[in-house]
Amino acid sequence: MSQQSTPIIELVEIEKSFGPVDVLKGVNLQARAGEVTALVGDNGAGKSTLIKGLAGIQPYDGGEVRFEGVPVNLHTPRQASDLGIEVVYQDLALCDNLDIVQNMFLGREERRTISLNEASMESKATETLTELSVRTVSSVRQKVASLSGGQRQSVAIARAVLWNNKVVILDEPTAALGVAQTEQVLGLVRRLADSGVAVILISHNMQDVFAVADRIYVLYLGKMVAALNKDETNHNDIVGYITGTKSMPVDVAQVAK
Amino acid sequence: MSEQTTIGTGQEGSLRDQVEQSLMRLKGGEMGSLPAVLGFVILAILFSSLSPVFLTAINFANFFTQAATLITLSMGLVFVLLLGEIDLSAGVTSGVTGAVLAVLMATHGVVWWLALLTGIGVGIIIGLAIGLLVAKVGIPSFVVTLAAFLAFQGLQLVIIGEGGLYRVASPYILNIENGNLSRSAGWGLVVIVILGTLLSGLGARRQRTNSGQVNRPITILYARTIAIGLLCAGTVYALNLERSFNPEHPLFGVPMVIPMVAVLLLLGTFLLDRTAFGRHLYAVGGNAEAARRAGINVSRVKIIAFTLCSTIAALSGVISASRTGSVDASAGRTIVLNGVAAAVVGGVSLFGGKGRLSQAAIGGFVIAMIDNGLGLLGLNAGVNLAVTGGVLLLASTADALSRKRGSAVVR
Repeated sequence: MSQQSTPIIELVEIEKSFGPVDVLKGVNLQARAGEVTALVGDNGAGKSTLIKGLAGIQPYDGGEVRFEGVPVNLHTPRQASDLGIEVVYQDLALCDNLDIVQNMFLGREERRTISLNEASMESKATETLTELSVRTVSSVRQKVASLSGGQRQSVAIARAVLWNNKVVILDEPTAALGVAQTEQVLGLVRRLADSGVAVILISHNMQDVFAVADRIYVLYLGKMVAALNKDETNHNDIVGYITGTKSMPVDVAQVAK
Repeated sequence: MSEQTTIGTGQEGSLRDQVEQSLMRLKGGEMGSLPAVLGFVILAILFSSLSPVFLTAINFANFFTQAATLITLSMGLVFVLLLGEIDLSAGVTSGVTGAVLAVLMATHGVVWWLALLTGIGVGIIIGLAIGLLVAKVGIPSFVVTLAAFLAFQGLQLVIIGEGGLYRVASPYILNIENGNLSRSAGWGLVVIVILGTLLSGLGARRQRTNSGQVNRPITILYARTIAIGLLCAGTVYALNLERSFNPEHPLFGVPMVIPMVAVLLLLGTFLLDRTAFGRHLYAVGGNAEAARRAGINVSRVKIIAFTLCSTIAALSGVISASRTGSVDASAGRTIVLNGVAAAVVGGVSLFGGKGRLSQAAIGGFVIAMIDNGLGLLGLNAGVNLAVTGGVLLLASTADALSRKRGSAVVR
C-alpha cells in the first residue's frame, strides 16, 4: 500500500436495501484527513443513502465501517456525532430568526449554571469564522435571515468545524449559489480540508469537484464504479462513469496519491 | 458587500455608529415594539385631550389594574405564539382557575394559599394535556385548544353552576389588585429597578471583557439606566399621589399587582433570553426541522411552552378574580382574543420565532388603553370592539409591510 496515512473513515462492502430494492451493493470508500473526497453519481445512484448511513440516520444492512482503522457501530446520529462525523445538509438546517452565534451553538449551548455564556460562545464563533477566513459577514450577531446563500453555507460549514469534527460531509454545498459565492464556499471547503479534516463532498457540479477534490468516487446504481485521483482523470471520464458508459474494476486500496 | 478583514459582533464603534446601526435595523424592518409605543403615546395624547378624567391619579392607577389581567395572559400566550402555535383556551383556562379558586374557598373553606396553588395546578395540568396532544399526538394546536375552549366553558359551568357567582372574600387574594404599597416601598422599587438595570448591564460587560470581547460605549448603558429610572420614578410619583375622593379613606401607592407582573415579566424574559430552553423555543419556532437536527427535543420544548402558557393564564385568572372580587360562569371567555391581539400589536409574530414578553406587555397596555379611554368617553362596547379591531389590523399591516421591506433590503 502506498498511501501516506490510514483513512479516517473506511467503508468496506457496505450494503443497504429498502425492502426488495438493493440501493447499496457492496460499496467501498475511504476518506483521509486533509483531503477532499468527492462522491459523485446520478440521481438514484445511492449517494444520499450512503451519507445517511454515515450520519447514523439510516444504519447500513451489511458491511463494515472503520473509523481510524477500528470497526465501529453507526446506528444513531448520536454515535456519529460522538465520533466526530458531521453532515452539512443541502437545505442547511439553520434558523433564520437566530443570529450566527446562536445557530453555530444551537443544541450545544455553553452555560454558566443556568444562564447561557453568550460572551464565550460569541468569541469562539468569531474565532472559528476567522480561522476559516470567512470575511464576508460583518457581524456574528447578524440574523441568519439577512445572509446570502454563500454566507449561510459558510455558517453551516463553520458550525461543523466548531466542534472539532474529524469528518465533515457536505451535501451539494454549491447547488444554490452564484459564481462568486460558489468560489467563496469552495475556498472554504479547501481550507477546511487543509486544517486536517476529512471532507466528503457530494456534488453534481463537475467544475466544483475538479476545483477542490483530491479523489473522486463515482457511484452508479449502488456500486462504486470508479475511484480516481483527480490528476489522473478528466471531466469526460467522470461523466462516462456517472452515466454508466464506462466502468473500471475498483480496488479502493489501489487508489493512491 | 465589501470585503473586510475582521468579523464584528455588532458592539464595536462609537455611540454614533451604534445609533446608525439601530436606525439601519429599523429601516430593515426590525421595528420591534416601536409602532406599539408610538400608538400608545398617540392614544394617550388623544384621550387626555378628549376626556378630563383620563389624566387623573385615580384613572392612572385604574389603568394599571385594568391592564394587569390582559398583560399577564398575553405574556403567557407569547410562549405558544413563539412556536407558531396558538392557545385559544388560555382565557377559559384562566376562568376555570378562578372558578376553582373561588369555589374551594367559598364552599369548601379551603385556606387561600391552598386554593391558589390548586388553581394554578389546574392550569399546569391543562397546559400539559394540550402540549401532549399537540406535540405527541400531532393534532394542530388550533383544534386542540378550540376543543379545550369549548369543553372548559362547560367545566366552568359545572363548577360554578348555571348563572352562579362566587364571591372571593380572602383579603390576600383581593389585595393582589386592590392593595397598594406604601409610598416609601414604591420609591424602594425605583431604586431596585435602577440598581438592577445598572448592575446587570455592568455584569454583562465584565463577562464580555473577560472573554476578550468588545463592549458598546458605556454611555448607552448609562442612558438606558437613566431612561428606565425616569420612567419608573414618574410612574411611582403619579401612583403615590392621593387619589381618593373621600378624605376619610386615603388611597395612594403603587398597586401590588404591578411589581408582581413585573417579576413575572423579568423571570419569563430571563427564561427566553438567557437559558438554553429559551434559545431552543425560538429555534423550534423559527425552523423546527433545523432544531431537531441540532439535537433539540422538539416535543419537549412544545410541551413546556404550552404548560407555561396555561400556567401563566391561570395566574391571570387569579388576578381577574382579585379585581372583580368574584368569579362567574363566563369569566375569561372573551379575553383570549384580546390577549392574542395585544401580543400582535406589541410586535409578536403569529408565524413563530419572533417576539418578546415586553412586547406583549406594551401591546397589552395599548389594548387596555383603548378600553379605558373609550369607556371614559362614554362610548359603548360596539365602538370599543371596532377600534380594537382597527388597531390590530393597523399593527399587523405595519408588521407585514416592514417584513416585506426588510426582505427587500436584505436581498
